[in-house]
Amino acid sequence: MEFMLLAELAINGALSGLMYSLVAMGIVLIYKSSSVPNLAQGAMTMLGAYFVLAIAGGLGLPIWVAIPLAMVAMFIVGVGIERVALRRLAGRPIIMILMMTLGLDIFIRATSMAVWGSAGRPLSIGISDEPLYLGPLLINRAYVIGAGIALVLFAIFVFFFHTRRGIVLRAISDDYIASWSVGISVERGVAFSWAMSAVVATTAGVLWGSIQGVHQGLALLLLNGLTVAVLGGMDSIGGAILAGILLGLIEGVASGFLDPLVGGSSRELVVAATLVLTILIRPHGLFGRHDIERI
Amino acid sequence: MLFRQSGILHTSYASAQSLFPLSADRWMISALLALALSAPFTMSSLTVSTVLLPWLVWTAAALGLNLILGWAGQFHFGYAAIMGIGAYTAVHGARNGIPWEVAVILGGVMAAVIGIVFAFAALRVKGLYLALSTLALQFVMDWVIAHVPAISGGSQATLQAPSMQLLGQAITSERGLYYVALGWCLLVTMFMLNLRRTGLGRALVAVREKDFAAAVIGVHSLYYKLIAFATSSFIGGVTGAILIFTFYRAATPEQFAVNVSIEILAMVIVGGLGSIIGSYFGAAFILLMPGMMNSFITWVAQLAGVSLGVETLAHIPHAVYGALIILFLLIEPMGLGKLYGNIRNYLLVWPFGYARK
Repeated sequence: MEFMLLAELAINGALSGLMYSLVAMGIVLIYKSSSVPNLAQGAMTMLGAYFVLAIAGGLGLPIWVAIPLAMVAMFIVGVGIERVALRRLAGRPIIMILMMTLGLDIFIRATSMAVWGSAGRPLSIGISDEPLYLGPLLINRAYVIGAGIALVLFAIFVFFFHTRRGIVLRAISDDYIASWSVGISVERGVAFSWAMSAVVATTAGVLWGSIQGVHQGLALLLLNGLTVAVLGGMDSIGGAILAGILLGLIEGVASGFLDPLVGGSSRELVVAATLVLTILIRPHGLFGRHDIERI
Repeated sequence: MLFRQSGILHTSYASAQSLFPLSADRWMISALLALALSAPFTMSSLTVSTVLLPWLVWTAAALGLNLILGWAGQFHFGYAAIMGIGAYTAVHGARNGIPWEVAVILGGVMAAVIGIVFAFAALRVKGLYLALSTLALQFVMDWVIAHVPAISGGSQATLQAPSMQLLGQAITSERGLYYVALGWCLLVTMFMLNLRRTGLGRALVAVREKDFAAAVIGVHSLYYKLIAFATSSFIGGVTGAILIFTFYRAATPEQFAVNVSIEILAMVIVGGLGSIIGSYFGAAFILLMPGMMNSFITWVAQLAGVSLGVETLAHIPHAVYGALIILFLLIEPMGLGKLYGNIRNYLLVWPFGYARK
C-alpha cells in the first residue's frame, strides 16, 4: 500500500512538474535569446490568466475564443516589455537587469490586483474534477491535460527551432554580435522571443488558473519555474521538460514524506532546496551550456 | 559657489585624507546632524516615530546591503532573511535574560555566521546564479523561521520583544528609541565612510571590478568575499534586531519575507550602487514615495470626479513602487546618489562650468 501511495505521488508529481515546465519554457526562451533571466515570468503567467478572464467576462465570449485573443494581447505585452524596458538595458550589469525584471514583476502584479481585485476567481476550461483511475492509482485529470499540452508545446518548439525564424533565434542565442554582423535583426529576434514567452505564459496561466483559480498566487509559480529552468539548464528547452518531470517527482515524493513530519507546506522548502543544490553542484544545469569565462 | 573648492590647499596628509575636505560639506553635515538630534523636540512625535525612525533603520539596512552589493559586487537577494536571523536571535536572547546590548550583538554575530553559509554559494558561483541561490536561501530561511516553533514561537505567532535596557537604562520613550536608531545608523554610516579609504574597502572594490584581476595583484578574492558577506550580515543582523526593538516591537516571520529583501534591494538600486548618501535617499524614496503617490492619486481622482475602489487604492502604492524601480533603471541607473553627485559637481565650480575636470 505504501508503494501505491508513493507511485501515486510520483506520477501526479511528474505530471504537475511538466506544468512547471510551461513556466520554465518561457524563462528559457528569453534567456536563450538575450541572456535575460526573466523574474517576471510568474507575473506574466498571472497576467495571461487575468486577460483570459477579462476578455471572456468583459466581452462575453466563450472561453475558447477568449484564450487565443488573450494570447494575442500577451504577444503585444511581451513585445512591449522588451521594447520599453529591456532593450535599453542591453549591455548593463546583470544586477540592473535582474532588478528590472523584479520591478516588472511587482508592477504587473500590483496593477492586476488594482484592476481586478485580489479575490481569487475561478477559470473553468471544461476539465472535470473527477480523477482518472489508472488501476488503483488516482491521477489528477487536469494535470494529465496540462502535461500533454506542455509536451505538445515542446514538440512545436523543437519544430520551430528548425524553421528559418527559429534558426535566426538560435544564431542570436549563440553569439549576438556575430548575428548582427551577418545582418540578423537581433532586436527583432529578442522581441519575438519575449512575445513567444508571453504566449507560453498565457498557456501556463490558463492551465494553472483552471486548477487553483486565478489569483495573485499564480505569480508564485516563478520559484518553481525558475528552479526547473536552472535544473534543466537556462538555455535548454528539452532540459526544461526533463527537469520539470524531475522536480515534480522530487517535490511530490519528498513533500509527501516531509509533510507529516513538519506539519505541512514543505513544498516550497523542497523546491528552494533543489534550486540551491542545483546551483552548488551543477550551476549550468543538466543540459545547459557551460559558459567559460574569459579573463 | 555653495561648495567652494578653490582656496582649499592641503598642507598635511591628515587634511588631504580627511573625510570631508570641503568646509561646505562639513557645515552641511553639522547642520543635518543638529537637525537630526533636535528632531524629537522640534517635530511632531508622529513624524519622528513613523517617518524618521523607520527611515534611519532602513537606511542602515540599505547601507549594509550596499556593502556587499555596491562595494564587493556580490549579489545578495536574501538580506531580509539575514536581518530576520539577527532579530530573532536578539529577541530570544533578550527574553532569556541576556543584557540587551549583548543580545543585539549576539544577533549580529549569529547573522554573520549564517551569512557565511550564504557566502559559500558565492565561493562557487557568481552573477546570476549567485543571485538565484541567495534568493532560494531566502525562501529556505523564511520557511525555517516560520515553521520551527522554537524560533517563531509557533506558526502564525508574533514574538513580543522585551523592553530595551541600554547600559542598564530602560529605554521606553519614543525619543529614546529614536536616538538608538539614529546612533546605529550614524555608526554604520561612519563605518561605510571610512571603509572607502581603508585597505579592506579597496580590496573589496578590486574584487568587485574583476575577481581574477584582483587575484593577480595579490588580493585573495575568496577571503574578501567571505569578509564582505560576514560584515554585511553582521550589520544586517544588528539592524534587524534594532528594527524589531525600536519600530515593530514584536517579531513575525512576514517582516523578513522575500518581498522585504526585494524592497531593500530596491532602496540600494534607487539610491545608487556604492553610494552612501544614495542609501539615505533610496530608503526615503522607497519608504515614503508610494504612500505620498497614493494620497496624490486619491486627490487627482477626487478632482477628476472618479471614485476608486478600496482595493484599487490598496494596491496602487505597490504599482507605484514597481513603476519607480523601472523608471529609475531606465532614466538614471546609477540612482539618486548619482543625481546628487551631478548637482554637487556642477555647484563645485559654478559659475565656471568650463573648469570642470
